[in-house]
Amino acid sequence: MAKLTPPPGPQDHARGKEGAPVTLVEYGDFQCPHCGKAFPAVEDIVKKMGPGLRFIFRHFPLSESHAMAKPAAIAAEAAGRQGKFWEMHHGIFQNQAMLSVEALFAIAQHIGLDLEQFRNDIQDTALEDKVDADFESGVRSGVNGTPSFFINGHKYNGSYDEESLMASLTF
Amino acid sequence: MLSIGTPAPDFNLYSTPDQQYTLQDFQGKNLIVAFYPADWSPVCGDQMSLYNEMLQLFRKQNAAIVGVSVDSKWCHQAYTQARNLHFPLLADFEPKGAVAKAYEAYDDKEGQCHRALYVIDGNGIIRWNFLSPPAVNPGADGILDALEKIQAKKI
Repeated sequence: MAKLTPPPGPQDHARGKEGAPVTLVEYGDFQCPHCGKAFPAVEDIVKKMGPGLRFIFRHFPLSESHAMAKPAAIAAEAAGRQGKFWEMHHGIFQNQAMLSVEALFAIAQHIGLDLEQFRNDIQDTALEDKVDADFESGVRSGVNGTPSFFINGHKYNGSYDEESLMASLTF
Repeated sequence: MLSIGTPAPDFNLYSTPDQQYTLQDFQGKNLIVAFYPADWSPVCGDQMSLYNEMLQLFRKQNAAIVGVSVDSKWCHQAYTQARNLHFPLLADFEPKGAVAKAYEAYDDKEGQCHRALYVIDGNGIIRWNFLSPPAVNPGADGILDALEKIQAKKI
């Protein structure tokens, strides 16, 4: 069974407390329709499990298939610099069908980002490096499509509907 | 599958109507040969798209990649364009599956290639192999590990 490499660390965007009994890591592509479909299921699970779950999102953009996947990932990282990674993550998935550079700026404005700083940050190559590092870590962890989930460090190969995921999280 | 340490069989296949590749074309480089069942099928598309994204990582390991299926060069040309692929898909079309058979990667029952991977070193010797179930994208972690070991002369 493929193992998560590297394990969760300070480089990750996480919701929930460190030390929670279950850590769910998703490798996702913001423009992938399957990831868009998994998004509400994961949100429900995060709410239902509360302090019992820590959720981490890592980027796995398939840029040649999805032209806006990488810009969206970089935008989320830029929002993260202003402490709003998850607000951007939600905004992108909620507007997945109409992703564009203009849409990313509209989401940034809607969630209250400093737009000047956002504009500067998305041009910082360090953010692209972070996205690339996530991608490479996914490859090394055995990610072969999106979304891919890891539960407590081990690859989950089941369906990504809420019921199936929940059953595997609440062993 | 052919064993590790054996010479890779030669091939001479079209990727598009005006482009052919032989094994010698890749001499001095590590070569990933990815046999797959068919263009335009969902798992194969995901697999080829993943490899497409990884070309930069492969290049860092002095490696090139080719896909091989029994689809025609015309089909490959359209599929490569549709998927925006930047590596060649080779048409093992006529005689059907001849190269896949030489690599022991042909599924006689289905009349198509198995989902089989080989990593061949710059001297044409097979250094790593993997057979994946038809419906499972094998990913690329094993390929990267193999390339790194070849570069470090550990296999």
